[in-house]
Amino acid sequence: MESTLLKLEQVNTHIDQFHILQNVDFEVKSGEVTVLLGRNGAGKTTTLRTIMGLNGATSGSIVFKGENITKLPPYEIAKKGIGYVPEDQGIFYDLTVEENFRVGMRKDDDGTKERMEWVLELFPDLKKFWRKPGGQLSGGQKQMLSIARAYVNDNDLLLIDEPSKGLAPVIVEKVIESIDKMKERTTVVLVEQNFYMASKLGDAFFILDDGITVHHGRMEQLIRDEELKRKYLGIA
Amino acid sequence: MELIINLAINGISTGMLIFLIAAGLTLIFGLMDVLNFAHGGIFAWGAYAGVWFFSLTQSFLLSILAAVVTGLLIGLVTEYLIIRPVYGNHIQQILITLGFMLVLSEMLKVVFGPDIKAAETPSYLSGSWTIGDVTIIKYRAFIIAVGFLVFIAMQLILKHSKIGLIVRAGVMDREMIQALGVNIRKVFVGVFMVGSALAALGGALFAPSSGVVYAEMGMEFGIFAFIVVIIGGMGSIPGSLIAALLVGISNVFMAYYLPILSMAVTMLIMFVVLIFKPQGLFSTSGVSNK
Repeated sequence: MESTLLKLEQVNTHIDQFHILQNVDFEVKSGEVTVLLGRNGAGKTTTLRTIMGLNGATSGSIVFKGENITKLPPYEIAKKGIGYVPEDQGIFYDLTVEENFRVGMRKDDDGTKERMEWVLELFPDLKKFWRKPGGQLSGGQKQMLSIARAYVNDNDLLLIDEPSKGLAPVIVEKVIESIDKMKERTTVVLVEQNFYMASKLGDAFFILDDGITVHHGRMEQLIRDEELKRKYLGIA
Repeated sequence: MELIINLAINGISTGMLIFLIAAGLTLIFGLMDVLNFAHGGIFAWGAYAGVWFFSLTQSFLLSILAAVVTGLLIGLVTEYLIIRPVYGNHIQQILITLGFMLVLSEMLKVVFGPDIKAAETPSYLSGSWTIGDVTIIKYRAFIIAVGFLVFIAMQLILKHSKIGLIVRAGVMDREMIQALGVNIRKVFVGVFMVGSALAALGGALFAPSSGVVYAEMGMEFGIFAFIVVIIGGMGSIPGSLIAALLVGISNVFMAYYLPILSMAVTMLIMFVVLIFKPQGLFSTSGVSNK
């Protein structure tokens, strides 16, 4: 029986005068890939940013590993064991691949070395372009670097925002394969518009619509529910 | 020919002094997105602290150390009291730091008196070397050497140390560096203090070169530093060095050949750079500064 790793209860987030997240409830079980779905502007990215503390929740609670992290700053939340892969990948363009890893590495112990070796086997391109500036990588390589960098630290949870965005189908397949291997080692929250990717990787799903959680359940249920997919995801 | 070489050496040494102020400013501007118009005031305080300590101890090294410590302390107080409440608001930053610049200038008059103070050059750095027809003033050569050493040290720290990587990454994307577990506010304070110490070091080195210190010197050099940061590209140390040398050399040559246009040439360089490279000559390509 999986335990709850992350729980959002009645979370509200405002950005300037806009009320983006409205009483959002969201739960992530250890060892699973939980997919956040919804149309553009539904509040998926804001949910991840609120978990990371980049957009502070105005009310509600966010509990991670039994600890309330709602009011913590982003760097403290990261240190609790949450890795973040933003929509724009967050690569430092002037830093090399190696420096992009080093700048975010919180420890230099055996565990980190083991994860680094593992992730470089998973993404051999990163090893090949080790001394190349991050800005010169292709879109797919940047995505791999962003995911790998988040994984290398001893994180219990990875928040990955739209990893398929802007990538060619063949690269999307590679990313799916990589996250599929990664999910054996860590828990993942995936924001994804690409339902093919979401259905391939997801164990559980939450659907957001206009900042409100409208549905959640197991991914296999959603795959079968044509009406739900049509209504909230625009999939005919 | 010897005149040109002499002017060039003067220009390089002037450029190095401007670089010392601009290097701190470019880091503060690039990393923290803070427009600190009080930076020149810290330069002036460094100059006064250096002159005062030299008159007390007759040790040039101690006077430089005193200026650097003064810069670190003023930097700490400025970040905490003046800058912290106005992060993210450029208009408020301009107003409050310009006001603080005036306070720093007036405080110099209160503490050290309103008169211009004479600044001595230590005996071992006085005089000149003559090579052929070229006369090299020892103190100017010393400033050039210190400027290059500071540049190399900054490059080594920024390129090869973890804290240097964090600062460079912070210049590019403040939000992401926090999401990787770095307390960027702490880094901000450190960078602000180091930037202020560099300005104070520039002031302490400037004093013997000009022979005098005066309360308004901060405003004059502060403007040069801002222009250099804009020309070089915010956040770029090599950009600041190249731009400072460009401004220093062009100023010295214009001051000699066409004095009426010596300030105009600096503005002209900025104008041309802004037209063709609005981000500056060496802007960091990954700047998003979220």
